[in-house]
Amino acid sequence: MSAVITASSLSKRYKTSLALDGVSFQIQPGRIVGLIGPNGAGKTTALKAILGLTDFSGQLNVLGFDPRKQRNKLMGEVCFIADVAVLPRWIRVSEVVDFVANVHPRFDRAKCEAFLARTKLQPGQRVRQMSKGMIVQLHLALVMAIDAKLLILDEPTLGLDILYRKQFYQNLLEDYFDENKTIIVTTHQVEEVEHILTDLMFIRDGKIVLDADMDAIGERFIEVMVNADEADAARGLTPLDERQVFGKSIFLFDGVSRDVLEALGETRRPSISDLFVATMKGTYA
Amino acid sequence: MKTFYWLVKREFWEHRGGFFWAPIITGGIFLLLNIMGIITAEVLGVTHGISIGASGHLQSVIAEMDAGDMSKVGIVLDVAMYSAMGLLIVVLGFVVFFYCLGALYDDRRDRSILFWKSLPISDASTVLSKVISATVLAPVIAVVVGIVVGMLQLLILAITLSFHGVNVWQLLVLAHPFKVMFNLIGYIPLYVLWALPSVGWLMLCSAWARNKPFLWAVALPVATGLLISWFGIMGLFNLPTRWFWTNVVQRSLFSVFPGTGSLFGGTPRNAPHIDGLNALDLNTTYQLLGSPDLWIGVVAGAALLAGAIWFRRWRDDS
Repeated sequence: MSAVITASSLSKRYKTSLALDGVSFQIQPGRIVGLIGPNGAGKTTALKAILGLTDFSGQLNVLGFDPRKQRNKLMGEVCFIADVAVLPRWIRVSEVVDFVANVHPRFDRAKCEAFLARTKLQPGQRVRQMSKGMIVQLHLALVMAIDAKLLILDEPTLGLDILYRKQFYQNLLEDYFDENKTIIVTTHQVEEVEHILTDLMFIRDGKIVLDADMDAIGERFIEVMVNADEADAARGLTPLDERQVFGKSIFLFDGVSRDVLEALGETRRPSISDLFVATMKGTYA
Repeated sequence: MKTFYWLVKREFWEHRGGFFWAPIITGGIFLLLNIMGIITAEVLGVTHGISIGASGHLQSVIAEMDAGDMSKVGIVLDVAMYSAMGLLIVVLGFVVFFYCLGALYDDRRDRSILFWKSLPISDASTVLSKVISATVLAPVIAVVVGIVVGMLQLLILAITLSFHGVNVWQLLVLAHPFKVMFNLIGYIPLYVLWALPSVGWLMLCSAWARNKPFLWAVALPVATGLLISWFGIMGLFNLPTRWFWTNVVQRSLFSVFPGTGSLFGGTPRNAPHIDGLNALDLNTTYQLLGSPDLWIGVVAGAALLAGAIWFRRWRDDS
């Protein structure tokens, strides 16, 4: 199957800064890609470019369309939830469902209503009367009822409590995702998406610094817990990162063979947040 | 087409207050003031012992009227019906003015544009649906409300007179409610054309301004006008000051007020003298179609709207 998104040397300059600096990547169908980066790294700009919301230089192909020129067609196949609370505050649940049902050719009203029935949302309720969590539920109900090939989530759970956050990703996985769909998600709450991602992309200062699937990451990055007496030996292997826990040192290695590391101590797969912190060291310095 | 219908419906949902309740409340207040006026007159009449028509005097006056007098009574009744519309038109002008200024700005400010832009709708249809809402939907609602209020106004007048022994139904026949309705409804297409430069300018500012669209929309033309006037006073450059104020400042800001086309638009100089209410007849008002001012405005408005669509597509600040 051909790639859902193909980007080559994507650049975007704002007045004072370079938000994207010659970025190239491909995203295959049926993947859940986490686009992770510090604030101001260019995540949102990349998503905006994919959605045709901003101009850029370089080549970008999304589902066979050029987002700059064929945005209207593209949006028939793509959905996005940008941040929480971008639903207009004056609209009612029944109105927004009516509206989307009548303007979106791929919207399945029954599916949306079934999803809404599982929430506390009332048809006459206005968005301004809802909590952030309820707004996201409504938005998710709309998006899940659209049979889109690509779903883009930009910090979809920002500011939600943990119940809503868990439920959000659970619904997404159980009721929405299948092998014909592709999801791109940016978030700072890395722990929560860790187990659902199939691919990981780290972005820093407008550049992609890591682009791999989760299996490859498990092969490539290894964490070792080393006793104090062997710490110097471990340091000799140029670890990415070192931290102390209960008198032991935990080292993170990139591309050192597992056999060598197992001799030093207990090995394990690093969490994405540890990997992220190690990779992004010195970003704000 | 279906999408467009729902886009306009969406505008109505969002602006129910301005489009629907504003004319209804204005009409209600208008009727209330009239009733209060009538009651005041009645009370004053009683306390001062003035009795109108009680002796059947008024009825006999009517009986003695000739055809010319009768038509004047008709005109008075028509004025009563138009007068309700007069107030509504002013309100409509303000509603449309501020609607246009906010139409492409408010959703950028509260970021809900990101939701609207996540749907497969072209920016051109979005902008045009807002133009139609401003120039057709809002005036149609105002005119319908105006007609209903006008009818009620006639009815109130008739009932009041009947207390004084005047046979009202005989008088009402002299009014031309259908002609009034026809004139009011028929004026809307002309309004669309005349309002276009204002709508275009206000929406361009609405789509372009990063903040305070009102300030930009008003300040830019007025400041330019002042500058031109200033040079004019100093006798420099010999700029067409008057022309600029009437054709640029006025058209870009005030053409959304219905009727300004007929008041200031280029009525042909050699037009036959029109008296009284005939000025509101369509065959008079539509003489505006012969004026180049109108058509230049339409072209300018279309260009401004094209600019608004472009900014709607590419403005990237949410």
